[in-house]
Amino acid sequence: MLKALENISALYANPTRFMQLAARLHAPLWALALALLAYGLFRAFQVPEDYQQGETVKIMFVHVPAAWMALFGYSFIFFASVTALIFRHPLGHVAARAAAPVGATFTLIALVTGSLWGQPMWGTWWVWDARLTSMLVLLFVYLGYIAIWQAIEEPTRAARTAALLAIVGFINVPIVKFSVDWWNTLHQPASVSRLARPALHADFLYPLLIMGVAFLALFFALTLTRMQMEILRQKLRVRRMRTNQGA
Amino acid sequence: MSVFWAICRQHAVLAWRGGHTTLAVAFLFIGVTLMPFGLGPELALLQALAPGLLWVVLIMALLTSLDRLFQADYEDGSLDQMMLMPLPLEFVVLAKLLGHYIALVLPLLLAVPLAGLLLNLAPAHLPMLLLAMLAGSPALVLLGGIGASLAVSVRRGGLLTVLLSLPFYVPVMIFGAGASRQALAGEVDETRLAILLLISLASLLAAPVAIAAALRNAVR
Repeated sequence: MLKALENISALYANPTRFMQLAARLHAPLWALALALLAYGLFRAFQVPEDYQQGETVKIMFVHVPAAWMALFGYSFIFFASVTALIFRHPLGHVAARAAAPVGATFTLIALVTGSLWGQPMWGTWWVWDARLTSMLVLLFVYLGYIAIWQAIEEPTRAARTAALLAIVGFINVPIVKFSVDWWNTLHQPASVSRLARPALHADFLYPLLIMGVAFLALFFALTLTRMQMEILRQKLRVRRMRTNQGA
Repeated sequence: MSVFWAICRQHAVLAWRGGHTTLAVAFLFIGVTLMPFGLGPELALLQALAPGLLWVVLIMALLTSLDRLFQADYEDGSLDQMMLMPLPLEFVVLAKLLGHYIALVLPLLLAVPLAGLLLNLAPAHLPMLLLAMLAGSPALVLLGGIGASLAVSVRRGGLLTVLLSLPFYVPVMIFGAGASRQALAGEVDETRLAILLLISLASLLAAPVAIAAALRNAVR
């Protein structure tokens, strides 16, 4: 099993092979993401009004999956960076770099939709609640990661520095979460994670899960497209350098 | 070991002679002086906010000094020389951080009581406040060093250093300012102090390794 995994990962260490695979996956992945998104949104709008929250409960179907993807995105960057640094897999850096703006956008969406929901529910656009604050810090972690890639011109150095930051940043995120929880908590506790008996009625749960899978597919579709762009950009760079040397 | 102390001393002396100590302390006082203009001169309000404000200003003063940690050595090539020394790079880093602490953080901590008086803190509040700052400030320098080392190869990387360091400062700030607020009630907050010391110890173990890795990568 491990050997097979190794073979597969070695096979796609070749960017040209990866590009062939990506070209084949591209269209189905996007079709799946958009179809799930459309179906999930349709189901979300069919949901009855909540007796406390009214129509605003529908914001949850975007807000909660976006927050999931914000955390998933950073974990993805961490594992891609570890793969790149330790196993020297050349696609690791490309994948981590490609996923960063996607994850940052999901973090921003979670913050903005949370704010839109908080206005009618809590009576204010922003509260310094533990979860909101740790999501805001996560956004800064994402921005720092993206800034490293932009600030360092030499590509291999930028890649390794960004990977180091991704790893120390990943250790920092739960510490921030712990300390911010200690500091202030107002947000309602997660209602889906209690697997045995979710606090959420099935009418709400299924559309939410569909939206979760839709956002996951969207994340991979966006990341794959950005990886293809990144590899093309690298090829272009090499070609430009060659023509400059020839001239 | 004498190399360790030589590097530590050199870094401290350079920071002192270059006027960076004076600048950081002046920054602390200017920050504190601005507060009453922004918040109003009521002494009771200033006292209630003083522990948090002092932590914010301390962190700001420290952040402005971080790009001095490794940048000059990187640009003039001293860093390459330091990597050739028999002393492991991790200890070179530790020596420089210690020098930075002695030349910049200790003077800032000495200035805190006076700055506190400007914000209407009573002398009785000071020991707890300083204790919290003593427990948390090693972590501030160590974690700030991570940000500084990652941004070392970037020209004028000061703002990038700040952006990279701030997420690491959140826990220190929370427990440090929290413990200091308890000083107003005249209480000793042992739990928060213990957590601060834990963060400082963990940073002491982890940060030099991470910083050395980042510096090696920058010089490569």
